[in-house]
Amino acid sequence: MDAITELSYALDTFYFLMTGVLVMWMAAGFSMLEAGLVRAKNTAEILTKNISLFAVACIMYMLMGYSIMYPAEAVNAWWPGFGSILGSTDNTAAEVLASGGDTYYSGLSDFFFQVVFVATAMSIVSGAVAERMKLWAFLMFAVVMTGFIYPMQGYWKWGGGGLDALGFLDFAGSGVVHLCGATAAFAGVLLLGARKGKYRPDGSISPIPGANMPLATLGTFILWMGWFGFNGGSELIISNVAEANNVALVFVNTNMAAAGGVIAAMITARLLFGKTDLTMALNGALAGLVAITAEPLTPTPLLATIIGAVGGVIVVFAIISLDKMKLDDPVGAISVHGVVGMWGLLAVVISNPEATLIAQATGLGVIFAWTFVASLITWGIIKMVIGIRVSEEEEYAGVDLSECGLEAYPEFVGSQGSGK
Amino acid sequence: MKLVTAIIKPFKLDDVREGLSEIGVQGITVTEVKGFGRQKGHTELYRGAEYVVDFLPKVKLEAAVAADMVDKVIEAISKAANTGKIGDGKIFVSSLEQVVRIRTGETGPDAL
Repeated sequence: MDAITELSYALDTFYFLMTGVLVMWMAAGFSMLEAGLVRAKNTAEILTKNISLFAVACIMYMLMGYSIMYPAEAVNAWWPGFGSILGSTDNTAAEVLASGGDTYYSGLSDFFFQVVFVATAMSIVSGAVAERMKLWAFLMFAVVMTGFIYPMQGYWKWGGGGLDALGFLDFAGSGVVHLCGATAAFAGVLLLGARKGKYRPDGSISPIPGANMPLATLGTFILWMGWFGFNGGSELIISNVAEANNVALVFVNTNMAAAGGVIAAMITARLLFGKTDLTMALNGALAGLVAITAEPLTPTPLLATIIGAVGGVIVVFAIISLDKMKLDDPVGAISVHGVVGMWGLLAVVISNPEATLIAQATGLGVIFAWTFVASLITWGIIKMVIGIRVSEEEEYAGVDLSECGLEAYPEFVGSQGSGK
Repeated sequence: MKLVTAIIKPFKLDDVREGLSEIGVQGITVTEVKGFGRQKGHTELYRGAEYVVDFLPKVKLEAAVAADMVDKVIEAISKAANTGKIGDGKIFVSSLEQVVRIRTGETGPDAL
């Protein structure tokens, strides 16, 4: 029996680590999606942002984020207190056997799974502020976001804090990860302003098409794939028949919701614009995934498809509405992760009898309010101290040159890099 | 000696090149260009908002030919590049003062 317990522990730990790897790969998805939806002159900088924010998230979460989100002893339901830096000790075999099944995966595998979620939340921000923000201002925000803002609201839900006590449900993070990331982005966009040339003097929209649709599509597929780890891993356990079945259902529902999102967004775009906009189909896939993330376990596959499809419709209208409000979000991150994240949280009540609308709405409101206020203050301080926006001239030339000093596609844009 | 410069629709380039080869033109230079004429631009759509593309892609073709070839060249290009629709392009003819073949140093008509 002991051998089986140890083997289950090993299997669940292995499952946790491998799904964490899938979520880590979503960083590649975000990088490609964002690189595809910005202009060529801003490609190297958005890639720099994506790889550096990932590193910042990992380090900050190790230093302080993890112990804030999962405190050994919380001060109270809303203030976890500051803990310690992540150590290397883990459960011993004796502890695992003595726990009677309560301890079923490695403590460090939990850190690994959680840290890639933080990076996902931060990746959401980078797309919305693309093409005009200073690189180092963004990274300063990333330090605060991944070390403090995200872990605080994460503690309230997943760390067993106040929102969890209220009965707020968020399986894999429509709220904790996606709404949080999108809200931080929203606050940033408010202080940052639109890209130069996005809105004409008469107020009409002047679209700025992305440079590379194949990359944007590849990025979306990578995110879709990574999402199986995001939602599937959030079941946290796979080592018995019931849990294995649950994991399978989560995989199926996650996939169906994305499919529903694509079709719904495509049809909506076709009806509204008369053309089938690829970028809307891509955003539709992500919207379906975000929508199902709060509860991928209780719906039937058909219901999951519908929940995703509603997300796909919402995202198209959200993108158009934000554009009309002159909130310039080059990749649609605020619509996909924020607006549809809210839908995902509310949609939990459709299939999960334990959820209440009041608890879901409270969780939604608290996460939004906290992240918005904390982010606005953080962005505001950074803006006052070093500024968050590049100069108009630098923006025109492209932030690849002003921030990174190199171009993503040197042969195409100038004589530099000709090999001479 | 004359320089014939033609602006044509990109998909007609192969037909024009064949037509010129048939009448004995020895070489041409081709550039991808953008511009507008009476065809003007067209509108495209991105994420629900329309925008006008003012400059359409065209191909600019240059051929340096002997003066007595000009009429045949014009005829060949006109025939091959004609679709009958707006935006077929234009042909410009200008005088060439001098031509030098870099490899041999030949000048004038010998260098064509």
